[in-house]
Order: sequence, then C-alpha cells, then structure tokens
Amino acid sequence: MIPVQFDYAAPTTLQEALGVLAEAGEDAKVIAGGQSLLPILRMRLNAPEKVVDLGRIEELRGITDEGSHLVIGAMTTYADVLASSAVRDHAALLVEAVKTVADPQIRHRGTVGGALVHADPAGDVGAPALALGAEFVITGPGGERTVPADEFFRDLFETAVGEGELLTRIRVPKHTGWGAHYEKFVRVAHQWSIVAVGATVRVDGGSIAEARVGLTNMGSTPLRATAVEQALVGRPATEEAVREACAAAAEGTDPPSDLNGSADYRRHLATVLTRRAVLAAAGA
Amino acid sequence: MTVTDERSTAAGPEVGRSRLRKEDQRLITGRTRWTDNIVLPGMLHAAMVRSPFAHANIRSIETEVAEQAPGVITVVTGADVKDTQGAVATAWPITTDQKTPDHLPIAIERVACAGEIVAVVVARTAAEARDAAELVDVDYEELPAILDGREAAEDAVLAHPSLGTNTSAVWRLDSAESGTGGNVEEEIAKARTDGIVIEREYRQQRLIPSFMEPRSTVVDPTGEQVTVWTSTQVPHLLRFLIAATTGMSESKIRVIAPDVGGGFGGKLQTTAEEFATLAAARRVGKPVKYTETRSESLVSGHHGRDQYQRLTLAASKDGTVTALKVDLIANLGAYVGLVGGGTPVLGAWMFNGIYKFKAYQFNLRTVLTNTTWVDAYRGAGRPEATFAIERIMDELAAELGADPLEIRERNWITHEEFPFASVAGMTYDSGNYEAATARAKELFDYDGLRREQQERRDRKDPVQLGIGVSTFTEMCGLAPSRVLGSLNYGAGGWEHASIRMLPTGKVEVITGTSPHGQGHETAWSQIAADRLGVPFEDIEVLHGDTQIAPRGLDTYGSRSLVVGGEAVVRAADKVVEKAKLVAAHLLEANAEDLDFSGGRFTVKGTDQGIGITEVAAAQFTSHNLAEGMESGIDADATFDPVTFSFPHGTHLCAMEVDTETGGTRMRRYVAVDDIGQVVNPLIVQGQVHGGLVQGIAQALWEEAVFDEQGTLVTGSFVDYTLPTAADTISFLTDNTTSPSTTNTLGTKGVGEAGCIASTPAVVNAIVDALRPLGIDDVRMPCTPERVWTAIQSAGASAGGEVSGGAQPHFDEDAPNQDGPEPGAAEAGQKGADQ
Ligand SMILES: Cc1cc2nc3c(=O)[nH]c(=O)nc-3n(C[C@H](O)[C@H](O)[C@H](O)COP(=O)(O)OP(=O)(O)OC[C@H]3O[C@@H](n4cnc5c(N)ncnc54)[C@H](O)[C@@H]3O)c2cc1C
Repeated sequence: MIPVQFDYAAPTTLQEALGVLAEAGEDAKVIAGGQSLLPILRMRLNAPEKVVDLGRIEELRGITDEGSHLVIGAMTTYADVLASSAVRDHAALLVEAVKTVADPQIRHRGTVGGALVHADPAGDVGAPALALGAEFVITGPGGERTVPADEFFRDLFETAVGEGELLTRIRVPKHTGWGAHYEKFVRVAHQWSIVAVGATVRVDGGSIAEARVGLTNMGSTPLRATAVEQALVGRPATEEAVREACAAAAEGTDPPSDLNGSADYRRHLATVLTRRAVLAAAGA
Repeated sequence: MTVTDERSTAAGPEVGRSRLRKEDQRLITGRTRWTDNIVLPGMLHAAMVRSPFAHANIRSIETEVAEQAPGVITVVTGADVKDTQGAVATAWPITTDQKTPDHLPIAIERVACAGEIVAVVVARTAAEARDAAELVDVDYEELPAILDGREAAEDAVLAHPSLGTNTSAVWRLDSAESGTGGNVEEEIAKARTDGIVIEREYRQQRLIPSFMEPRSTVVDPTGEQVTVWTSTQVPHLLRFLIAATTGMSESKIRVIAPDVGGGFGGKLQTTAEEFATLAAARRVGKPVKYTETRSESLVSGHHGRDQYQRLTLAASKDGTVTALKVDLIANLGAYVGLVGGGTPVLGAWMFNGIYKFKAYQFNLRTVLTNTTWVDAYRGAGRPEATFAIERIMDELAAELGADPLEIRERNWITHEEFPFASVAGMTYDSGNYEAATARAKELFDYDGLRREQQERRDRKDPVQLGIGVSTFTEMCGLAPSRVLGSLNYGAGGWEHASIRMLPTGKVEVITGTSPHGQGHETAWSQIAADRLGVPFEDIEVLHGDTQIAPRGLDTYGSRSLVVGGEAVVRAADKVVEKAKLVAAHLLEANAEDLDFSGGRFTVKGTDQGIGITEVAAAQFTSHNLAEGMESGIDADATFDPVTFSFPHGTHLCAMEVDTETGGTRMRRYVAVDDIGQVVNPLIVQGQVHGGLVQGIAQALWEEAVFDEQGTLVTGSFVDYTLPTAADTISFLTDNTTSPSTTNTLGTKGVGEAGCIASTPAVVNAIVDALRPLGIDDVRMPCTPERVWTAIQSAGASAGGEVSGGAQPHFDEDAPNQDGPEPGAAEAGQKGADQ
C-alpha cells in the first residue's frame, strides 16, 4: 500500500492554495482530512503529481453564526461539528448524521468539505446538507460563487466544484427548534450506509408543520424526498399517519445493487427508515 | 469484568491462576520482532506481480522496462528459477489417487487463480519495487474459469485442463464398513416407513482468515545457513518443505517465526510468497524482504470453509436419532494446500456430534476451481460439521414440535457413558453435557426468554425473538502420529519440549509449538513453575526458531497445550528426576528418601534440604558430583498423544430479528465450555471471546465473494465486513470441568471451541425467530437482505446469492491496474448506474 511518489505543498492561505492549484493544473489533488484520498492513493487508484494540503489554512476551518445561517468552513472536522453547540441548536440533523460516520479516529481527521466534495452517495453528510438547504461557497481563480444544494451534487463522485476550484464553506439555514434524526442502516458498525435517511421536522401543536427528508445511497447523488416532505405537513406525529406519508419515500430513487443489497431491497429499506427517522425526529 | 493479576507470592499453584500475559506488552505496543520490523544490512525489497485473471495461459512476460526503473536490481520470473524455486506442497493426500496440481511459487506457463504470482521485482526500496511491478508487462491468454464447487463437480469447465477432471479426491467413512455402527441406508429406509427423515442442504460460505499481521518474509542468504524469518504458524514444517522441494540441504536452512500477529489457520501453510522471496534472495545473494498489502493478503492467503453440505438424518417417531448421512462437496480452490483436502476430512468424525447414532456415513468430494486456495481456518472441518449437525438437530426438534434442548438430551451421550466409542470410530475421553447445559440455561434465563419470545409472537411484534442452541463437541490435540499415519498424513503429531536449568536459577523452557498470539509463554511458564517449583517470573519460554527449538510440529488444531504442554510436563518431571540424584549426593542421602515439593528436595523426616535452583548451580560448577555422574540436569521430552481430547460445551444465543428490515441484533450469548482443566482462566476467556466473535461473524457478516470473472469482490475490509468490538455484545461465559484422561494436566483444547460452537447457535436463533413464518433456513451470512428476502417469500427462499459487486467508495479510474475487463470496482459502479 505505497502510493506513487508525489510532490507536496502546504499553503497557509486560500489565495496561495489557489495559486498552487492553478500552476499545477490537472496533475494536482487537494487533500483535506485524507480519509478518502489516502486510501485512493495507497491503492494506486490515482497518482497525482502534486498533493495540496489545506490543513494549514486557518480561514477554512471553524463554525460561525451569521444570524439566519451557520457558516461551516470546509476544513471543519466531523469532531468539530460534534463539539459545536451552534450546530446542535440550529442544524441538529447534521450532528445526528455526523455521529454515525465511521469511528472516532476518522471523525477527528475527516472534514465536512472533503466529504461533500468527495460526494460518495453512501457518505453521510450529503443528504443532511441537501435536506437542510445548504448553500455551497466555491472559490476559484475568478473569485467566489455560491451554489444551492440541489445544484451541487452532479453525479457519482461529481460536484459543482471544478478543476482549480475549492469548496471553501457551506452556509446552512438555521432550523432552530426542529427535531432531527438520522436513521443509518449498516451491517457492521464501521460501514458506509447501505441506506440512510435524515429527517428534520418542526412540530407544532402535535402535528408536523414542516419537514425535510434526505436520502443517503438511494441514487448516484444524495436525494431529497420532497413528496414525503409535502405529505407530512399537517399530519399528526403518529405511527400510522407518518407511515402513510412515508410510503412514497423511494419514489424517483435509483439505488445501487451490490453486496449489501439489491435496489429493490434498498427501496424497501428507504420507506421503513424514513418512517422511523421522521417519528424519531418528531419525538414520537 | 475487572482483571487483577494475582501475584506469584500468593499461595497455591500457578495452574488455574488468571495471570496477565507476560508477552502482551511487547505484542500490543508492537515494539517487538514482527517480521516486517526486521531490517538487515544491505536488505532489498520485493514486490509481487500478480495475475488479475482467474485462469490464463502466460504467453510472455516483458521485464525490461521494469528492470530499467529506478532502484530495481532484478525481476525474477518463474522460468528464471524453475530448478530452484521449489514447490508449495500438500502434506495430506487424502487418497492415494488424489489429483494434486503442481503448485509453483512463481507460475510459469499458466495461472489458475487471480492473485497468483507471475514475477518478483527486487529493488532497493519497497516503493521502488512496487512502482516497477506495474511496469512488468505480462501477456495473458484468458481461459474459461470455474469458480463454484458444485458446478466444478460437473467437470463442464476444468480448473486444470490437464487433470481431465475437477475432482481432486473422493473420501468416505462408513460405520458399517468400519465396524463402528450399522448400515446407513437400512436405517434411513426404516425411518422412511415408520420414522422421521429430515433432508437438508446447507452452504458453508467461503471465509477469509483475516489475521491482524499481514504475512511477511525476510530471507538472508548471506550466511552459511540461509535464514528465513516469516510470519508463520509452522516454522518447522516450512524448513522441512523448503529442503524437500528446493533440494537445499535441511541443515543449511534456519527458519524463524518471530512474533507472529495471528494466524487462525491462515498461516498454517507454506506459501508461494515465502518460496518466491527465498528464490529471489538466493538469486541476488542479498537479504530480501517481502511484506504483503492487506489486499494481497485477502486474495492470496488461503481462504476457509466453502462447502456444500447435503444431510439426511433418520430418527424414530419419538425423536431418537438413528442414522446420519453426509454428502459434502468441498471447494479447495486452485491448489491443494498444506492440509488441503484433509481439512474437510477432519469433519468426518464430527458430524455425528454428541449424539448416539446407530449408523453413519460421510462422503466427501474435494474439487479444484479457479479461486483462491482453501485450507484450514479456525476449527478446520469441525465448525462445518458442527454447524450441520446442530442445525439439523433443530430441524428435528421443529419437526416434532419439541424443545431443541429436549431433543438433544434424548440423544446425547450421558456422563456415565464416557469413555464413549462414537459411531464414527472415535473414543470421546470425558464430558458432562448435562452439567454444561444446566449451567448455560441458568445463566441464559432460558425460560424467561422463551416466555418473551411467546409474548412477541402473540402481539405480532415487528421485532421477533429467537433462541438458538448449540451443544457441540470437537476433537483437538492434533494428533496421534499413528492415526495420522493411517490417514496418509505426511508428518507425525508429537510435540517436543526441552528445559534448561541455568546456573543463576533461571529456567528456559523450549517448546516446539509456535505461538502467534495465544499466550503460550505465560501458560507454559505456569506449568513449568508448578512442576519445578520455581517462580513464574524466572521462566523464559523460547519458541519458533528451528535453531533454538530444533524439534517441533508447531501450532494449529488446538494442539499446543494438550500435546505441547504435556511435553513440558514430562520434560520438567525428567529434570526433577535428574536433579534428585544430584540432590541426594549433596544431601548425603538416598534418592528414595527425598521428597520434592515447592522447588525443594528434603530428606524425609529431617529438616535437611536443598532447592532445585541450588542443584542447578551445583551441576554447573560440577565441583561435587557423585562418582561417574554426568553433569547436567536439563531434559528433553517428546509426547505423542494416544488419542484426541474432546472438549464440549453448550452455547445459547438469543437474537432479535427486525422483520421490517431483516436486520438482526444479538440479545444474549451464553457459552459454557468444558475444556477440562484450565491452566489460565483469563487466557481461556480471551480464546473463547475471540472464537465466539469469529463464529458469529460467519453467521452474520463475513463472506468472500468472487464476480463472474473470478475477481475477489470482497478484496478489502470495506467489503469483507469483518466485525469490530462495536458489533458484539458482552458474552456470558463459564466452564464446567471434566478433566481429560489423555494427558497429565487433564487439559483439552480451547483455541477453536468458540468458533466451532457459535455459528449454528446464531443461525438457529434467527431461524427460530422466523419459524412461525414457515422459514426453516437462512443462508449464511444471514445478511439483513437475506433475512428480509426469506420473510418476503415466507420460507420459499432461504435468501440466495448476493446481488452485484462491491460499491466503490473511491472514485478515480484505475490508471495503474491492468485488470480483467469489468473489474470489481467497475462492476459495482455499473450496479450503481443502473
Ligand atoms: C474506514 C473508513 C470508514 C468511513 N466510513 C464513513 C461513513 O460511515 N460515512 C461517511 O460519510 N464517510 C465515511 N468515510 C469517509 C470519510 O467520511 C472521509 O473523511 C470523507 O469522505 C472525506 O473527507 P476528508 O476530509 O478526509 O477528505 P479527503 O480524503 O482529504 O478528500 C476527499 C476528496 O475531496 C477533495 N477535497 C477535499 N477538500 C476539498 C475542498 N475544500 N475543495 C475541493 N476539493 C476538496 C479531495 O481532493 C479528494 O478528492 C470513511 C472513511 C474511512 C477511511
């Protein structure tokens, strides 16, 4: 497990990083926590000539409160997210999802930005980010642009971040007071999601006033179960009412078939897990 | 549980004490001699070029570009070393006409499985060797591959065309023919008319041993002896087989197994990698190191299990079993390994379990396929057998509507009946199934859980509860040499120990067993401390080096303690006998008048005495020995067991089954094992816990899967779902004790017990939860999808093949991989694209 030899750069500012990337062109690869990139290099699935480490760029790390939004720097680690009371209070779904990622070692190195750009459909932060309506701030040689969540994920391992660009931060609209739950289905504890469902709901007077539901590993990108979200509005948070609304959870999905389950099985799981996630999020 | 180290100053014997393991600090911190830690002056590094094809002719190998790469010394092909590379041998041709394909360390004309070595790159650094390995250009002509054992038996596609068949051997044990029981066909016919006949097919999926330390070999050819350090369970067998297959003189070979990080049978092998590294090192005349990657380990280290089992059980109407017939197909993979076809044969004496069958027949067909070779894996033949009998005993109970424990009790050997001659021709030494079962039921709260199960059934809870039973026995202590001889095995089964009494009062115990994580250094110290009356701390246990421990047959088959431990006992007793003569002279007494206890010789009826360590010092100086007495009280002993020992136990497992998702969750697991006298309860617990997890993993999580091209889809730990501590619960374990009658200490083996017993307990529990739905089997591993599929079809399907390939979690294409067309990753990706 020895990677092909590469050059290494560790810029300390965003501008410097963009410069290094521009110079190296397609032969460069950015490294954040390395939890996906290093296995790729070690298995020699990729052999970049230059690896650009974002780890020393202070401005990319941290969580700030901007009134209506939380802003999470791309280099913020999973562990940082778990330690943040702001995220817990205003975007609880993210916390619930991040809790389930891999193990403590990986959560201390892996970053929110790295996970989102890596865009593994089985990864656990994409669907919650989508469900929460996050915005993605991408910085390139030409400056900054902001991409809404539903335009960020393009395909399997493909996002709106282009060559020479960096994801610098995500802006998450506050969902203060919303209940949240991430229902992850795996065979062994340290596995990627076979299917997972993130749900966050606002309950008002015993019934569901608003709901957001994101699906992990039900297609080549994270998906939002908008039909379920709409069907939930106005329903009491009871097993029966929620079951009915969640029956359509797998509609429009295109899950993979692999060792862990056929597409049909995944569709079935999605409906069960959606119901469980919504009920738990509603505190029922 | 809190672990306390009871100090040796405490009174009482060492044997039976929960000593912390003396080897753990160095093993756990890694500051020790793992093979990969070894660095020699001028050492070079090897990387293997491996076949991506399951079956192909090698048209040509272009090495020039690789040889020009930075740091490369040479590239060695099989043709370069065809007269010296030796062969990977099998020690156990199970029949005289067994078909055994030649297994060259570096393939020359043809590869018969993916991962086979076709060239070795030797370079100054491991990175340079790896880089250059990708520059070796091999031209393959792909051949049709056969992967499945049952299909292989039909010979439509041949794994080795020149053999003309895929069947390696057909082996049979029949109680009527061997005079150990009645006629199976007659008993089955009788049961068909006025009894019960249960017929089932079970699948033992393929597993990968997954030891923690990947295999590593360092060869130093620069001395008078070639020294081979290697992460093996069998240094002695390797030395012998290097000599036997390369033509090197045995006296010119030294093999060292330094600290070895686990094996589980996976290192009970002489490997292509060891021979290829040896060949490369001899060719360049310099030390060479090769350490495999985890992916290489998964594809090229031997796999385990992989059997199709067809069972016919006959019983009378009241549930008394009469006959058992077993038809097995065992997939050996591409080559016959060291134990090879013998691994399923070891099951022959175990399918009858603890039950009193009148007639028994075991029919085995071993087949060759174009898959990774298959050989011993923790339990080796016995887990497969135990699974089958314990599963089908539950089916018998279900047929009769009886409690599975009651059916077992009706049929098992009672404790008064030991020693018991089994229908398969084995004599079980001792046991008490009643006692172990009673204790297990009590720990488990069997009746309470049965009540809860009924309640869940009554209220149609989406989460159902099942209770699984496994009352197993196993044979351990490989093995009486005489028995091995009668089975055509190429070696004996004795074990050796030497004890050196050093002049400073310290003691060296040399054992021919070769521990790789079990704790021999601690246990052997405890045994020797009691026998010699010297402190535990003063004993050093040496092993795993053919120069230090020249005689030995290594560690596998739960043999170390029952065979090797007994050799230590006998060597120690000889030391005491010799020392007694010296002591008698020094005390001016008759040897017959001396007592020996607590490390001191005393003259009966006086307060005169001398310690054994003082005797050791006296024989060192030899200033005052009796006239004509030879100096020295060291002693050797070789022990060859007369028979096996038969540990047993009752395991009870409760599983919750989520009928909505098919997911399962373990609620409670109780293991009450009877392994005879326990030397160190803490080590025993560790062995039981680890064994349980491995057995449970077969039931729930692990399976080696190949795609249609013969590429291993579960080629990394992303897809080969090995459990971690997070996936298991706290087990309740206890022991009952029926001392073995086959050795002085009364010990039986424990290394494999947990792994043998637990698999059927878990599957029985899952099936028990689903039985009201008409389900009588779920194929292993019982994945949520298989459980759910079984529920959907209400028993019509036991959950068949898994779908698709692995899901890729790493995006990039594979620029450096010349794989077969749709490789594993791509196949998975396609699945995702659909
Ligand atoms: C054993 C194991 C188990 C895992 N289990 C899970 C799991 O259960 N759930 C889960 O969700 N994930 C899991 N992961 C993946 C983990 O979450 C990774 O940390 C995450 O996918 C990548 O984050 P990273 O910071 O390590 O990124 P890196 O590996 O450093 O980078 C990933 C990719 O993103 C690019 N990149 C990184 N940052 C930026 C940026 N700011 N701008 C542009 N491009 C960038 C890199 O070039 C690379 O292509 C697991 C990983 C391992 C090793």
